[in-house]
Amino acid sequence: MREVELLVIGSGPAGLCAAISAATSGAKVLVLERSFKPGGQLIKQTHMFFGSESQYASHRGVDIADILLEKVDEFGDRIELMLNATAVGFYEDNVVTVLKDEKEYFKIKARSVVCATGAYEKSLAFPNNDLPGIYGAGAVQTLMNVYGVRPGNRVLMVGAGNIGVIVSYQLMQAGIEVVAVLDAAPRIGAYLVHASKLARMGVPILTSHTVKEAIGADCLEAAVVCEVDERFRPIPGTEKRYDVDVMCISVGLSPLNELLAMRGAVMKYVPQLSGSVPLRTNSLETSIPGVFVAGDASGIEEASSAMAEGYLAGLCAAASLGHVPPDLNDRKLEYMSQLDGLRSGPVGERIRAGMRNSKL
Amino acid sequence: MDENTIICRCSDVTLKEIRDLIAQGYVTYDEIKRITRIGMGPCQGKTCGQLVLREISNATGKSMADLNFHNIRPPVVGVKLHLIAEEAKRQEGEKA
Repeated sequence: MREVELLVIGSGPAGLCAAISAATSGAKVLVLERSFKPGGQLIKQTHMFFGSESQYASHRGVDIADILLEKVDEFGDRIELMLNATAVGFYEDNVVTVLKDEKEYFKIKARSVVCATGAYEKSLAFPNNDLPGIYGAGAVQTLMNVYGVRPGNRVLMVGAGNIGVIVSYQLMQAGIEVVAVLDAAPRIGAYLVHASKLARMGVPILTSHTVKEAIGADCLEAAVVCEVDERFRPIPGTEKRYDVDVMCISVGLSPLNELLAMRGAVMKYVPQLSGSVPLRTNSLETSIPGVFVAGDASGIEEASSAMAEGYLAGLCAAASLGHVPPDLNDRKLEYMSQLDGLRSGPVGERIRAGMRNSKL
Repeated sequence: MDENTIICRCSDVTLKEIRDLIAQGYVTYDEIKRITRIGMGPCQGKTCGQLVLREISNATGKSMADLNFHNIRPPVVGVKLHLIAEEAKRQEGEKA
């Protein structure tokens, strides 16, 4: 059985930063990536990021992936990136089973693990929600920006959070009509700079609206939406019909961390972090010594905090293996203060509550 | 319309089926799983999990944090049995 010093599961912003950080301290790292391309969701983010300079603000996500992958290359002797490799099991003795290229299955034993497995799109229950043409917004973004596939011609976007409005804008950039964006909440969840771009292009953003039903014989032909009251109950008589062949569901993400759950890490449902998350220390170590978590797998935030968490988790995982840099504490404090900065202000209140709720 | 609302797209389980079972007193994810096979398909409950727990929460008044999801077990995606058997044989060889 292959043995590795540090195993990082996932090569999105959190995983890549964890690998770079641990390798900087001298650890040998294997990164598993289930996709054929490293970078996680960064590779389809064609918009510019906010945040601060340390998280590459004002770069496009896809360019940040390239910057991080160049750094990974510089550590060629210490970081190995294995693509098309899905971690499918995580056992008590720190053995991880891997399915590679869907035709090889093998075990890897790791001394330490950083789980940076990201998130999963939430689904929405409404009549005929299984009609072809109804997608997750993230899935449509992957189809469009990674595979170059046009998902359809007329789109209704359900969800006015950042993903909903950003994907709507990118659909329009690809020449696809977006008929409306709706959200059950009474306010637009996205940053207003993204929402304003859509509004300027004439796309109505309907708050306090939900999908009543999808209509179609073999695939989506139309969607009926209606207004909701302050308790999210549909208001009769407010129905509107949109003829669309695509509906994008963008009602949030859930942390993807089933590997940690099966490993026996203590998990807790934390609504502010959008689902069940592992309890962890300030160093991002879970209840299992030597097993760390970073990025959306620890609670839904943004790529910028995923990167800072990745650097912190990689640093601490390497230190737990004996790779202790002279400036360990300074670097730890630096990443923690970056995270505090990203979570500051009224917008970060929810995340801060989630962090308090998930402390080990 | 609940009969046309899919909660589990792996096994085509509808909102009506889930609500009927909850009304009959099946108020845990595990019980509903054993009857309907939710959580046992390719997504292993990642799609239906929060939707089903929300229905249980609405019906029982318990908060989401107090409800249990099912035990998560490997593998997280489908793996062909012959691949697992081959790896087991390799491990036997290594031991011998």
